[in-house]
Amino acid sequence: MSLPTAASTTGGTSRPPVVEAAGITKRFGATTALDGVGLRVEPGTIHALVGRNGAGKSTLVSILTGLQEPDAGSVEFSGQPAPPLADRTAWRSIVACVYQKSTIFPGLSVAENLYVNSQAPGRHLIRWRDLRAKSAELLATWDVDVDVRIRAEALTVEQRQLVEIARSLSKGARFIILDEPTARLDAAAVERLFARIRALQQQGVTFLYISHHLHEIFELCQDVTVYRDARHIVTAPIAELPHAELVAAMTGEKAAEATDPRPPAPGREAPVLSVANLTVAGACADVSFEVRPGEIVGLAGAGGSGKFAVANAIVGSRRPDGGTVQIAGERPRRRADVAYRLKAGVGFVPEDRHREGFIPDLSVAENVTMTVPQRLERNGVLSTRRRNEVAWQAIERLDIVPRRPEQAVADLSGGNQQKVVMARALANEPRLLVLMAPTAGVDIKSKQTLMNAAAEAARAHTGVLVVSDDLDDLRYCHRVVIMFRGHVTGELKGEWEDQQLVAAMEGIELTS
Amino acid sequence: MTDTLTTKPDGTTDAARPGSRGVTITLARLRDFALVPPIIAIIVLGSILYPAFRTQATFTDLLSTMAWIALLVVAESLILITGRMDLSLESTVGLAPGIAAWLTLPTGINHGLHLVPGFWAVPIALAVGALVGLINGFLIVRLRINAFIVTLGMLITLRGVLTGISHGQTFFGLSGSQMYLGSASWFGLPASIWVVLIIFAVGIFVLAKTRVGRSLYAIGGNVDAARAAGIRTDRVVWTVLIIAGLLAALAGIIESGNLASVTSNLGSGRIFDVFAAAVIGGVSLNGGKGSLFGAFTGVLLLNLIFKVLTFAGVPNQWFDFLNGAVILVVLMGQRIVGGRTDV
Ligand SMILES: Nc1ncnc2c1ncn2[C@@H]1O[C@H](COP(=O)(O)OP(=O)(O)OP(=O)(O)O)[C@@H](O)[C@H]1O
Ligand SMILES: [Mg+2]
Repeated sequence: MSLPTAASTTGGTSRPPVVEAAGITKRFGATTALDGVGLRVEPGTIHALVGRNGAGKSTLVSILTGLQEPDAGSVEFSGQPAPPLADRTAWRSIVACVYQKSTIFPGLSVAENLYVNSQAPGRHLIRWRDLRAKSAELLATWDVDVDVRIRAEALTVEQRQLVEIARSLSKGARFIILDEPTARLDAAAVERLFARIRALQQQGVTFLYISHHLHEIFELCQDVTVYRDARHIVTAPIAELPHAELVAAMTGEKAAEATDPRPPAPGREAPVLSVANLTVAGACADVSFEVRPGEIVGLAGAGGSGKFAVANAIVGSRRPDGGTVQIAGERPRRRADVAYRLKAGVGFVPEDRHREGFIPDLSVAENVTMTVPQRLERNGVLSTRRRNEVAWQAIERLDIVPRRPEQAVADLSGGNQQKVVMARALANEPRLLVLMAPTAGVDIKSKQTLMNAAAEAARAHTGVLVVSDDLDDLRYCHRVVIMFRGHVTGELKGEWEDQQLVAAMEGIELTS
Repeated sequence: MTDTLTTKPDGTTDAARPGSRGVTITLARLRDFALVPPIIAIIVLGSILYPAFRTQATFTDLLSTMAWIALLVVAESLILITGRMDLSLESTVGLAPGIAAWLTLPTGINHGLHLVPGFWAVPIALAVGALVGLINGFLIVRLRINAFIVTLGMLITLRGVLTGISHGQTFFGLSGSQMYLGSASWFGLPASIWVVLIIFAVGIFVLAKTRVGRSLYAIGGNVDAARAAGIRTDRVVWTVLIIAGLLAALAGIIESGNLASVTSNLGSGRIFDVFAAAVIGGVSLNGGKGSLFGAFTGVLLLNLIFKVLTFAGVPNQWFDFLNGAVILVVLMGQRIVGGRTDV
């Protein structure tokens, strides 16, 4: 391991830690999000912060970036006390951040998003031409190929994420926090991000890096801090904390032995989903495949493979330009919308949970039961009691924290919001379950919970389509259909190596 | 900010089970009842200062004069919860009974057309209301034009139609059927009060307890997620706009019956009061939040304050000033005392 000299943690350097937080406590009503936690990040290092969903990571981030004040505890940056909350300029000069939740301005151009509030440094009037040129240059270094004049709302989820990362890394702060930056990036984009982070580290920039992908932590970080249930568990050099111990620290239990998580292979029944020659203009062409009851099929591909377009056409939220989608042998209909598909027995987890997944101000119970009002009705009247019963089943089945049906979903941690979305998909006991990036932002144990719930549904005869590029998700699949640049390029069945799958998603011919 | 649950720190396995739901008072609930204490305070204050205030007549009068505004508040609240808005309601209030009068009244001094007999007045007025809602829906839902500008345009257009057909004059001598709801009395109370109470009760029930009712909150809270949950969002929004038009027409029938005439400026300039009552009552302008009970307390509070001011002998010329000032003060009070951030 070759750390830049400034990062050397040994040798008694006199430089104070970039950030030192101690005794931080933060409560939200009945929830304690942080309970006397500490964090100490040495200059020039990449410091990982890990913990299960709801452990309090993002809450700490909001405190470290001056969005919220802790109820108790102190924060120091390079030995200086944190500036007052109102002094945004001071905060911005100390720390830059990519928040877990998107902070893109959908109505502004990509260029303006990149340079918001610094459109014309040192001048009074904005020179749009300069701004655009600057933005285009910045995005080019990230291999993001978009016109910087278009509005940010037209970007794909991945492009949006990259714009955010580019924005925060371009501000010149010497301490950068990344809260789950890779949750929606494909392997190639992650590699580019890492190269960029390492280059900045060489220049002495310090990082706090949050991710649920532990292999990233091992690849990138020097130190790691683990939080669990709002408490600080351990801080150690990553070399001293092997994978199993790290997982144990996060979950408080020993990591289980990896076994094949797949339910028994399905029989030869009529398919529950048949996609034939599906074409969505500009996204995918001539895609055909089937899913049988009880079968878990992966639809994998890197960014730009068109896998989400296929999935959205299947669930009825995007209109295909050609081909047919047939659910359980119903007559194929071109103009089937979501409501129609739900009736036909489709449940799904949408690609972007914040946009389509839930209603933030409504409770967990209402969100979970949104697709099944008929199950709560008696003579057209909704029963609150039954609603809470259904919600309790979901909370228990998927281990949603906090365990309060009446909690507004807006106040849940990211991973728990994802569980709510999954619960909503499962609630109407679908014949076909379409899961788009189902475990994005979900911790390693909850990931298992979610995917096991999908596997359980498959055991109960549901056909499951997992639309993802996450190797852990795809491990649950009986077979994986691979897409590249809008076309199906291959299929893996039975047993396969991760390497094979990764290569296939990157467009390298399958040799079999 | 603490709610009354006895939940342990997250994740402990013995967190509250369904059985212990009994006394959970959620913040959302509290928000609905926020205006109850000030309402009681004003009633008590009025009763102490002015003995005449305490009589049943005062309250009957209060409720029947606010009946039509209250119906508009129901209509606007439904639309606001769904995440849209409708400014044109105040014009529908005038236009619906106006057209009914125009088509049913005799020619000549009543400047009607006398195309249909008098008992058609109420169905005609309701049809006009529904039609206005239908047109609003077409522009907002189908053509996807912003609700503010659409209904602002409709506000002016509809008022213009009424002025046109009435030549800016007043329709009087209305048919008995058109007068009925605004003037009859059922079980010793004006019929308009019963109508308002029934509509609020039905509205509160539907919003809290039925699938469509809940879908309004879902649409107002996050329209994409609502669509992804299988709610036919366009259809629901359109329906809500039509229902609002119907309610505005009903308000118009009641108020014209009460006044025994349709002036060409009936309802004009009152949409601000409607919005204010709804918002004070806890309905969010951002959509997805609020209740009709809250909205009812909003209208009631504003009208009570006015009643007291009338008793205090405040001169008429100052009413507009006071109207605006009272609303602004209440909003500021809520922001400061209650910490509401969405008004
Ligand atoms: N505004 C809020 N109101 C109420 N509770 C909140 C609020 N923000 C966070 N919480 C609660 O605080 C706890 C910590 O949340 P936080 O978002 O920090 O978790 P996290 O570690 O970032 O999880 P994830 O990995 O899922 O993003 C959670 O239980 C969450 O429900
Ligand atoms: Mg988080």
